[in-house]
Amino acid sequence: MDMFLQTLVSGLLIGGLYAIIGIGMTLIMGVLGIINLAHGQILMVAMYITWILWQSFGIDPYLGMFITVPIVFYFGQFLAKYLLHPLIEKDSILPENQVLMTVGIGMVLVELARSIFSSDYRSVQTGYTDVVWHLGKISLSMPIVIDFFLAMLLTLGLFWLLMRTDLGRAIRATAQDKEAATLMGISAKKITILTFGLGSALTAAAGSLFLPIYYLYPDVGPLFTLKAFVITILGGLGSTVGAIAGGLVLGIAETFGATYFSMGYRDAVGLVIFLVVLIFFPGGLKRFTKV
Amino acid sequence: MADKQIKKEKFINKTEWIIILSAIVLPFLFSFSPYVQGLLIFVMIWVVLGSSWNLLAGFTGLVSFGHAAYFGIGAYAAGLLFLHFKISPWWGLLLGGPVAVIVGYLLGIMVFRLRGPYFALGTLASAEILRIIFGEEEWLTNGHNGILYITTWVTKYPYYFIALALALGAVFSVKAVMRAKAGFYFLSIREDEDAAQALGIDTQRYKNIATVISTFWAGTAGAFYMIYMGFIDPEVVFSLHNISIITILVGIIGGVGTIWGPAVGAVIMVLVQEIFRSALFGLAPAWVSRLHALAFGLLVIFVILYLAGGVVGDWDLIRKKFGLTKKAETAE
Repeated sequence: MDMFLQTLVSGLLIGGLYAIIGIGMTLIMGVLGIINLAHGQILMVAMYITWILWQSFGIDPYLGMFITVPIVFYFGQFLAKYLLHPLIEKDSILPENQVLMTVGIGMVLVELARSIFSSDYRSVQTGYTDVVWHLGKISLSMPIVIDFFLAMLLTLGLFWLLMRTDLGRAIRATAQDKEAATLMGISAKKITILTFGLGSALTAAAGSLFLPIYYLYPDVGPLFTLKAFVITILGGLGSTVGAIAGGLVLGIAETFGATYFSMGYRDAVGLVIFLVVLIFFPGGLKRFTKV
Repeated sequence: MADKQIKKEKFINKTEWIIILSAIVLPFLFSFSPYVQGLLIFVMIWVVLGSSWNLLAGFTGLVSFGHAAYFGIGAYAAGLLFLHFKISPWWGLLLGGPVAVIVGYLLGIMVFRLRGPYFALGTLASAEILRIIFGEEEWLTNGHNGILYITTWVTKYPYYFIALALALGAVFSVKAVMRAKAGFYFLSIREDEDAAQALGIDTQRYKNIATVISTFWAGTAGAFYMIYMGFIDPEVVFSLHNISIITILVGIIGGVGTIWGPAVGAVIMVLVQEIFRSALFGLAPAWVSRLHALAFGLLVIFVILYLAGGVVGDWDLIRKKFGLTKKAETAE
């Protein structure tokens, strides 16, 4: 029973982090209509920036986040403006051209990281890395708990942005109907670019939060890209609430798979759920939440 | 109009005869360097994989992100035969294709219900699941230790000609099917699946035909890889990055939906990677050699941005840019 609770809580906490990765992806999916296969790679870039800040200037990863996130926000906008948006007007045989572009971007980012930092595993050691809290018989790693609450805070902030501000309304309008939004005087291009920046910034925040509890190496990018699209499909493409639920479900499923099934299959659990959802419940959790 | 033009042409035209003959001569020109011969063999493997992907994605519109699944299954069909029954993997060369077709069909039952981005993700996920399963089930596959096989020949010539035969087989089978009626059905599915269905085309059936041909070649390529390299492990043959993605990029660079596109893409891919891996043939400092994958990635971005049809698809555009077009043609 203790083991069950322990697994559940660990999964839930990790799931909170997965959720903001998924929200970033789902925002991009909603507005641009593409799966961003460079999502995890952007997260990796953010992790490296935070790591450099810690390594060279001794800035704590949680504080470094405030520098990393804006950098990645502009970096994402740059990618969208010069690499992704120009493709919309281009004629090509495959409609998936933008998706393939994100594959190219992802590849370049991983290889850049590899040529600069080599494939070594890196991690951040802080005063609180090994601190463990005990709650009854359940042990909680302090950085993971902090991460979870910061992630929830970010999610709430994003909801406020989407629901209560003009910018948020413009983003939602563009996601619902690009042409109608354009007719209402919203610059679809501007919103597209901004949304990609916003999605990147969210995953960057997740990257900074992951740094104290995870290893950092160039191939961490593709790994998180896989997770991100599993979450997005699980929650239903374009659904923000769905992405949160999807993140939590993936986190819990992974930890349970690792505890009760086999450590080696940890990463397969998500993919299997993903295929099952894709085939039997297309639309994901969006069906139930309708948001 | 368009189909008459295609039918008028001979099945193997002059340019293609030149390509075939020069491909036969090529290894003898490099008889002094087994290294270059090895590269040529890799080009051929990528031609097979690229053509196989192109038939599915470029002509039928089913953009697969999981071609490593079929490649890996083909490789393991040969490998497992050797591991468990001590049967020469050469039999696997015959078996790899059919086994990949069967697995491809089973996966197809699931993923063919999906469309567009969902199809891409579904194929990607199935390849990844296979990779993890083949890594974990050690009783079956020897897990991450892989399967080792002492290669039959030291010389590269026999391998090269087998690979060449496979590559030509793949390219010309795509050409043959695209000249046939099925080819036009494929194109109609790519352009608008619903409209094709409304016109009475059994889209499910033709999608399956495209998949059978495509997976057969991918599986055969995998089996050949096993025989040639003498070693496979799941991380190599089911690799998302090194097989699935590179296959797509080979297709894009060469030209999606063109017969010779993947072949050109394969040549460019191997060339770019090796130029950088050897640090511009030893002229540049050693750190350049680490940039080989990066250079290829940048090339991909460039091609998608400026040559949406790939090198073969936008060949006219390239010729115009460099002033290679004959004056008479420009005058028109």
